[in-house]
Amino acid sequence: MRRLRVRYLGTVPYRQAWDLQRALADARKIGEIEDTLLLLEHDPVVTLGRDGRRGSLLADEATLAQRGVELVESDRGGDATFHGPGQVVGYPIVDLRPDMKDIRRYVARLEETMIDTTADYGLEAQRLAGSPGIWLSNPARKIGAIGARISRWVTHHGFALNVNTNLDYFRLIVPCGIADKGVTSMAHELGHRVSMIEVMERIAGHLARALSRELVVDPPSLAVHPEREAVS
Amino acid sequence: MAFDVIMPQMGESVAEGTIVRWLKAVGDSVDRDETIFEITTDKVDAEIPAPEAGVLLEIKVQAGETVEVGTIVAVIGEAGESTGASAPAAAAPEPEPAAPAAPAAAPAAAAAPAVAAPAANTPAAEMTAAELRRTKSTPVVRKIAAEHGVDIRQIAGTGLDGRVTKKDILAFIASGGAAQAAAPQVAAPSAPAATAPSAPAAAGSVALGIPKVAVNVGPNDSVEPMSRMRQVISDRMVESKAYSAHVHTCFEVDYGKVNALRKKYKQQYADRGGRLTFTTFLAKAAVNALRKFPIVNSAHDGENVVYRGDINLGIAVALDWGLIVPVVKNADQVSLLGLSQQIADLGERARSKKLKPDEVSGVTFSITNPGVFGSQWGTPIIPQPTVAILGVGTIEKRVKVVTLPDGTDTFGVKLSGYLTLGFDHRVIDGAVADAFMGHLKTVLENFDETAM
Repeated sequence: MRRLRVRYLGTVPYRQAWDLQRALADARKIGEIEDTLLLLEHDPVVTLGRDGRRGSLLADEATLAQRGVELVESDRGGDATFHGPGQVVGYPIVDLRPDMKDIRRYVARLEETMIDTTADYGLEAQRLAGSPGIWLSNPARKIGAIGARISRWVTHHGFALNVNTNLDYFRLIVPCGIADKGVTSMAHELGHRVSMIEVMERIAGHLARALSRELVVDPPSLAVHPEREAVS
Repeated sequence: MAFDVIMPQMGESVAEGTIVRWLKAVGDSVDRDETIFEITTDKVDAEIPAPEAGVLLEIKVQAGETVEVGTIVAVIGEAGESTGASAPAAAAPEPEPAAPAAPAAAPAAAAAPAVAAPAANTPAAEMTAAELRRTKSTPVVRKIAAEHGVDIRQIAGTGLDGRVTKKDILAFIASGGAAQAAAPQVAAPSAPAATAPSAPAAAGSVALGIPKVAVNVGPNDSVEPMSRMRQVISDRMVESKAYSAHVHTCFEVDYGKVNALRKKYKQQYADRGGRLTFTTFLAKAAVNALRKFPIVNSAHDGENVVYRGDINLGIAVALDWGLIVPVVKNADQVSLLGLSQQIADLGERARSKKLKPDEVSGVTFSITNPGVFGSQWGTPIIPQPTVAILGVGTIEKRVKVVTLPDGTDTFGVKLSGYLTLGFDHRVIDGAVADAFMGHLKTVLENFDETAM
């Protein structure tokens, strides 16, 4: 079975993680590395995906800066979103060839991973037709987001699950361009904070299973960002 | 030499893509495998590399436009090379497309009121494209539709491949269709009953008036949305069962003669690029029988029988991810060698997803061979709007009673298999179906070696 190597990076600034992803994706394309999953948190940042409109921002750049939030125009699919402390971000650098050359199936696997993870905590998240990501219902509120990029069937960018996220930050944007639905987090739903590392470990397990990969955990000493290591 | 750059298929269930941006401009040189444009689908962006090195001669689909898989989006060639009189890209927006060159089968069926011929006449894969085209109207039409609260799918389009033109939608609105369409839960106003199910239903369900069974999902179950192909297959199967009065008749055939010929000529055919299989003989015999019984090669819309002028044989190919029916066009004008080459080629390209839309459309009679999986005989579903399908059962040695020259009966070993004809009893009587099958059996059991 092909392996999925998971790396826990701690908290990483968005652009730094982006550079790392691109380097890893290039390495994956030429077979230098195995399928890899980066699990991390970001410093507060609002990112605009390729479909992103500045109109999805409810605050100007100055206000964002004042709140300590960076603004980045990313090259992932999707609209605007927020990343920050308490949110688990997963970046799978995976070659979808030869068995998963299907964008929609790949997205479904990412959704399944987040659904299974939240289910471990008793939350019943689900897909919403036409809106990639995962949602709790009645009323519909988003708990996990997706925005990915594929180059020669190698993926980067990925998904973000709100675990202990401070939801106030989402008031700065219209998440994913969807104005009429709310955003939530696991902590908000459960009424208590949840261990980030535990959620990450569950995500790693569920994603490996969804992609039919054998999970391998990188020893921390091999982590690529020693200066940010083990911050979480 | 100019190369077309097409919208790639980013997965079986992904029928279209939106170009996000071009990284190269017309006149730029590109390396093979260099990213030239980016597309987006379902919150995933993808970089698309150039298929060949050269100069970007033409961009046919601009950023922001959504086109279906397989559409030519650009042309790469040598500097100064003309892109020639190549046809405009299928997706080029034209407010009112000129009358298109209709598919061969269309004119006759289009005159028939009930069935939307181009869509209904095509098997699964092409159907997707045709349906999509119907809903893919020009921005002008979509704008009018939005303003008047009209569902474009409810309008019978007269444009390219059934596309709804500005004229169509204005006529629809003038006829008061819009008001009705805007009312909730009203069935398609201008569409006769028979067309309703062939309109692409958003959720893929066919409107049969029967409530669907709710499925409870247990903790150990996993739920996977159907792929687009699966959804189309699902709809087509249910529709066909709803329209046609399916009857099946089963004949046993002695393949002794065919097998002897197959062994004798196999190598010769292989040397000339053909693959001589039982299916080759069955296709040839079917063509022979279809000529003799033209009603079996017809189409039916509930009111008219359309006798097809061409014999276009659909040969079902099972894929890991579904089913596709590539078509041997004008099969009656092709030699046995030609059939063996074409069937092998179409099957191969079906599996590698390299079939062109034209190669899965226009079928007039189908052959499906579940026998290769060990099925003795089955009851295949007739692809609409054709009226019959031949099912081939497994071919195996069986003990039969044979009569010796001196008149005594004894046991013998025969290579035999069942053939099933699924036919639409609205159009074909049982006696005719059996006469067709009897003829088919005779042709196979006494296969004419001069046809080799």
